[in-house]
Amino acid sequence: MSMLGRTAQNLFWLSRYVERAENMARLLEVGYRMSLTSRREGAVSEHLVSMMQAAEVDEAFASKGKPADVDNVAHFMMFDPTNPSSVYSCLLAARTNARSVRTAITIDMWQSINGAWLEFSQIKPRDVRGAKLLGLLEWVKHLSHQFRGALLGTILRDAGFAFLQAGNFIERADNTARILDMKYYVLLPRVTLVGGDLDIQQWTLILRAASAHRAYRHVYHDRFKAQNIADFLILRPEMPRSLAFCAQHVKQNVEALAQFYGREEASCEAVRQLCAMVENTSMETVFSHGLHEFLTEFMARNYHVSNSLAESYNFY
Amino acid sequence: MADKTPFDEMYNADGSVREPYRALAEWLAEQPDKALTLMQSDAEAIFRRLGITFAVYGSEEGTEKVIPFDVIPRIISAAEWRRLSKGIDQRVRALNAFLHDIYHRQEILKAGRIPEKLILQNAAFAPEMMGLDPAKGVYAHIIGVDIVRVGPDDFYVLEDNLRTPSGVSYMLEDREAMMMLAPDLFQRTKVAPVENYPENLRRTLESVAPEGSGSSPNIVVLTPGIYNSAYFEHSFLADQMGATLCEGPDLFVDGGKVYMRTTTGPERVHVIYRRIDDDYLDPLTFRPDSMLGVPGLFNAYRAGNVTLVNAPGTGIADDKAVYTYVPEIIEFYLGEKALLQNVPTYNCTDDEQRNWVLENIADLVVKEVHGSGGYGMMVGPTATKAQHQEFRRKIEARPDNYIVQPTLALSTCPTFVNAGIAPRHVDLRPYVLVGDEVRITPGGLTRVALKKGSLVVNSSQGGGTKDTWVLED
Repeated sequence: MSMLGRTAQNLFWLSRYVERAENMARLLEVGYRMSLTSRREGAVSEHLVSMMQAAEVDEAFASKGKPADVDNVAHFMMFDPTNPSSVYSCLLAARTNARSVRTAITIDMWQSINGAWLEFSQIKPRDVRGAKLLGLLEWVKHLSHQFRGALLGTILRDAGFAFLQAGNFIERADNTARILDMKYYVLLPRVTLVGGDLDIQQWTLILRAASAHRAYRHVYHDRFKAQNIADFLILRPEMPRSLAFCAQHVKQNVEALAQFYGREEASCEAVRQLCAMVENTSMETVFSHGLHEFLTEFMARNYHVSNSLAESYNFY
Repeated sequence: MADKTPFDEMYNADGSVREPYRALAEWLAEQPDKALTLMQSDAEAIFRRLGITFAVYGSEEGTEKVIPFDVIPRIISAAEWRRLSKGIDQRVRALNAFLHDIYHRQEILKAGRIPEKLILQNAAFAPEMMGLDPAKGVYAHIIGVDIVRVGPDDFYVLEDNLRTPSGVSYMLEDREAMMMLAPDLFQRTKVAPVENYPENLRRTLESVAPEGSGSSPNIVVLTPGIYNSAYFEHSFLADQMGATLCEGPDLFVDGGKVYMRTTTGPERVHVIYRRIDDDYLDPLTFRPDSMLGVPGLFNAYRAGNVTLVNAPGTGIADDKAVYTYVPEIIEFYLGEKALLQNVPTYNCTDDEQRNWVLENIADLVVKEVHGSGGYGMMVGPTATKAQHQEFRRKIEARPDNYIVQPTLALSTCPTFVNAGIAPRHVDLRPYVLVGDEVRITPGGLTRVALKKGSLVVNSSQGGGTKDTWVLED
């Protein structure tokens, strides 16, 4: 049965929003942990603000005119319906997309997203503080895992699957690139061999935000080092949140679509351009072109893949 | 009729159990304490998780409710069903013949059997349909006939829903839930299946595809979108019969043919099971402000390039004012006596009848001619004096806008409510498909008024549903 362009679009955004909800929870968790361990005056709100910068919601928050303390930021990132990237907004958007494509997703996928929304919408924001906040963040991640599990375990491997997966990995690539860009300066090669306490704290933040602080040890058997961290999150093909991994998976799915429809589309070229940035290269090359410039270019190309998919497959 | 103790479908007046309910009664007696309470909460969880919800108009935006499901099934014997289904079959054939006539030669008007004014000046009459020949001559393909019972052998048709009747997904999901909740009960009795409804729906729709659509015509379900109160049903039916669920903007007309916008470009559409009202179908033909429809759709339909299910203009046959003529209609087209009775209906434009109605309003049911969903209606015996007065005024102001019927003592069925098992009033909506043949699903949707004594079964007014069993011999 042929698929409506709108259906393809809804599938693509459904998994983008679930992934985004997870990433928002991860970022907030990092911000919250940092705020617990900060000793310096003003450091708490600095961490929280840079975390919001990574999520590109700092300006929206600032416009509220509220101090950037843990409670205000947590509420803004979790529950604020005027924040289009809040967990609330992401889950609502995911569910709305899922509802529009009820017939194109499996009952398990629907139940997972619908059940999550029903549960989440029962929560009273003012009850969520401290340990409860961490518990809820855990729950959001869990929901994303559950949705992904339902998806991988039940859906037909046809075009719909490729749209879902492409959306998932484009969103994740964007998120990892943002986290890196937020703190790119602490990852730049330095003359000094050992980072100070402050840097270590920042590096931990970056790794945690990508759920990568434990995996790092498995791969590098080493102390936290700027060069390794950048390598891990950018070029490592085995790291499931690295730019290389995400780009590879975006490519797989974009090519699967071309194959499924028997037609090479503009999106294929766009995804090759994306992959070219993280394949057959080294961190030395990346650094020599400038890390920030590299990340900016990567995000632009990733964005272009998303747009070209919309164009190639008649999203509207 | 109002003062009689209502007929109970499970228990005779002497407390003995009626035959069709015997296995159920035994099963109920065996259930440990709290078993039904548990089943009830399991059922609610099942429905909510599956997303079987409906939006209530007028309540807070985006609120979705689960229609209460009662765990005690309603049971109809094989013999009772044979009678009912014969009557239904007769009725839908006559109504389709009536629609064909009204939109062609209008013989029934010429013969003076129905007043011309009642049809031609009726808001539900669609002049656009004049002379148009729908595939296989079928106008109303999907019909829900509302039936009430007042005695062992007394069934009345309350109304014929020939536009876009809803609720069939509840019939299917209620059965699904019931089988999950009480599989052992099904082992004890032989219940006619309802599960082939989606397959029959597909066959019906295929059978009315335009000539030259090929062996597997492209069928779509057209929905107003996710905020419509029946969206769940639209997606459910599309899913169950393997059709694409479309919204207006997903379709377009080019060169008199309808296409849907797919990932690979336009694809021809042959049959549209539309769940949007006539008025919104096509802004070029009907309401110009409609955002839900497809511009040019009606011309494509008129050209015979696409089939609309149901046809526009079917509302003229289920109009509450035309309803009173259905026995007449059956006789006129089929030459047969109506097998199912109509509820006696008073015509308020007649002075004598109106005066009688105004005097006796406390015992009567008043319905707005174009109302639905239980809105715009008054049930005399349960209404207040102020409401009686209000409706007297309304009838006097616009006598043609209301029909009035005696309050029927709707039959009751044992229902699980807070106080335990208690009788509650029910009605029945069997679903009928008309295409190359008439297909009636055994049973249908039983709606139950959960409030004690209430006769209003609509889900928007606190009604629930029951799984409906037709026993096999």
